[in-house]
Amino acid sequence: MELLLKNCHIIDPVTGRDEQGLDIEIANGQIVQIGKNLSSKAEVKDLAGAIVAPGFFDMHVHLREPGQEYKETIETGTRAAAAGGFTGVCCMPNTEPSISDPFVVSFIRDKAKGNIVDVEPCATMTKARKGEELSPMQSLADAGIRMISDDGGAVRSADVMRRVFEYGKMFDFLCTQHCEEHSMTAGTCMHEGKVSTKLGLPGYPSVAEDIIVARDILLAEYVGGVRYHVAHLSTKGAIQLVRDAKHKGLQITCEVTPHHFVLTDEAVETHFGQAKMNPPLREQQDLEAVIEGLRDGTIDCIATDHAPHATHEKETDMLTAAYGIIGLETAVGLGLTHLVHTGILSMSEYITKCSTNPRKLLKLPTIKIEAGATANLTIIAPDLSWTFEKGDIRSKSQNTPFLGYTLKGKVMGIINNGQSFWNA
Amino acid sequence: MRYRCSLLFGVSAAQGADSRIFVLDQIKILTIPRRDLLGIRFLTKEDLEWLLRRSDAHFPNILSKEPIVKSSALAGITVANLFFENSTRTRTSFELAEKRLGADTVSLSMQTSSLTKGESLIDTVNVITAMKIDCIVVRHNAGGVPQLLRKHLPDHIRIINAGDGACEHPTQALLDAATLIEALGSLEGKRIAIVGDIQHSRVARSNIYLLKRLGAQVTVVAPNTLMPRHIREVFDVEAHYDLDHVIGEQDAIMALRIQHERQGKRYIPSLGDFRSKYGMTPHRLSLTDAFILHPGPVNRSVELDDEAADAGRSLILRQVARGVAVRMAILEWLFTK
Repeated sequence: MELLLKNCHIIDPVTGRDEQGLDIEIANGQIVQIGKNLSSKAEVKDLAGAIVAPGFFDMHVHLREPGQEYKETIETGTRAAAAGGFTGVCCMPNTEPSISDPFVVSFIRDKAKGNIVDVEPCATMTKARKGEELSPMQSLADAGIRMISDDGGAVRSADVMRRVFEYGKMFDFLCTQHCEEHSMTAGTCMHEGKVSTKLGLPGYPSVAEDIIVARDILLAEYVGGVRYHVAHLSTKGAIQLVRDAKHKGLQITCEVTPHHFVLTDEAVETHFGQAKMNPPLREQQDLEAVIEGLRDGTIDCIATDHAPHATHEKETDMLTAAYGIIGLETAVGLGLTHLVHTGILSMSEYITKCSTNPRKLLKLPTIKIEAGATANLTIIAPDLSWTFEKGDIRSKSQNTPFLGYTLKGKVMGIINNGQSFWNA
Repeated sequence: MRYRCSLLFGVSAAQGADSRIFVLDQIKILTIPRRDLLGIRFLTKEDLEWLLRRSDAHFPNILSKEPIVKSSALAGITVANLFFENSTRTRTSFELAEKRLGADTVSLSMQTSSLTKGESLIDTVNVITAMKIDCIVVRHNAGGVPQLLRKHLPDHIRIINAGDGACEHPTQALLDAATLIEALGSLEGKRIAIVGDIQHSRVARSNIYLLKRLGAQVTVVAPNTLMPRHIREVFDVEAHYDLDHVIGEQDAIMALRIQHERQGKRYIPSLGDFRSKYGMTPHRLSLTDAFILHPGPVNRSVELDDEAADAGRSLILRQVARGVAVRMAILEWLFTK
């Protein structure tokens, strides 16, 4: 692939570059040169002032393969990732079988070979996510695993969690927890608050999330030298716990999803099962705390928790509906509309949380936009308004409450692995 | 008959203009047609007054010792009673109301049928309504199901909520209100206590909406473990854990059924413990002149001792009789008003 991108607005938080009117020449997967008024024999693409950023990385997606290919496959999930502006994703291990051994890791790597989107599997902390025995960490590390998590649920036993931290730190894994005190949440389907009181639906209290965040921070401090990451954090209390841990100098990080900075539990009244998530959509004070956490840097990353489910699993009553929504294709539109255009984050800060920080946490190579570097780019028209419709969806599933939303800021395409992808 | 039905649907379409429209978020607009009974919270004051008044017209017929005078108001209409959760009395009450208005009825206990075979809720309801059904009466253990079905079913199929999770039970509230009005006259300023498992009670929520609309002062009484955290803010009611503290000032006491087995025994230590704190014992009866209501089935010697359940001021059987009259009024409101 040889390509000349004309009229780019390069924003690269790593080099600190923020410059408009530049051209980028790309050949053989590398940036050949950057300058003004370049010309080349290569295919020319006029970006008309669009932003060129280091490739976005979503560290929390469910690709459902192996085992639940009717919801998503690595092929359809990475297509959705490309359309959503992500050049890399980390896929969660709650597949069937789960990513608990190197064979499943290589199955996924084989399926993703040659893809424009990099797929980094996340492996389980414990065998088959049962929370009992440690997963085979040496062989997982040998297979290139960078992050471990029993996502979909928390490790229930504090003692097992302690051993995960102790053993896992020998491989410098990022230990990521889905924080939920399950004894408090069995049978629940939404946040416990005013809306659950009104609708009479069983509620998942925010303190059930906070308890596990607090427990794990205490354990991580006790064990020492642990890199601990809170997945899809959603409560005011948990954000304060992470903030305090950072002030103490612990290596505690966290991510938040777009739906937790855009929606509250009130969405359940209109969207029913399509608004059922885990952790659930919380209330206004939590949403405000998430926004503040993004602003003050407590929240390191934005991740989608892309969770495809078939229509019949979501368009049903709140008790039986599956948890989660697809998120790859709306993430950038929601982020720009609700965080950047509102002035909560600068474009550069936003890019840092979508690209630089997740890559840093996973110890992936740093991406720079400069001559000689690998071309790993996300291209965004920041002011373009568009309406998200079913026809836009490339994921195999369509479970989202955002259909019909008008968003400001659209992904134009990505460049990675010597390939390019452009949205129509 | 076909002509008559299409005429009715024509009327329904014409009424679309005055349907209430709720703007819910930036673009989603959900129209709730006037002719469903999804919950008390969706009814206007005029609707409520019409329904209560209309139930009065049927009530003497239900109490009469003479054979019932059947109406043909719903001739040609087919009503399907879809009970995804067990019910004997509510389902029977609906069936009788439907039959006494001349409708064709079919009742299905869904908790043992399709859903266990893996069919989805929406598919199940679509299959039933494909058999030319004009109205469904639906009970389900999850709050919000009637609205969900409204979103998925064709407009001409009317929906009656016969109880959705712990959200609403509008026909129960209407029959309770009608019973209370018969006993107390206007409910303006009257004090009514709802006692027991507020947390898991759709009866409580629908009654709070309705009794407050009718001017009553509602107090909810429950142990802390069965009291929703935000009840005061959300429903604007008084809330107490101590029945004895408020019992003296009540005009009526509505006891709720406690479902100790179903709720995994985490909320109260024992039924005996609950009785000593919340049961209508002879001692508590002596502290008040209030009328006694209960949506049934009564756990005798738990919520109500025999002295309360069978007292002259117990309205329990009155409630049951009124239930048929209220459900007849609702069906007429849906199809003929």
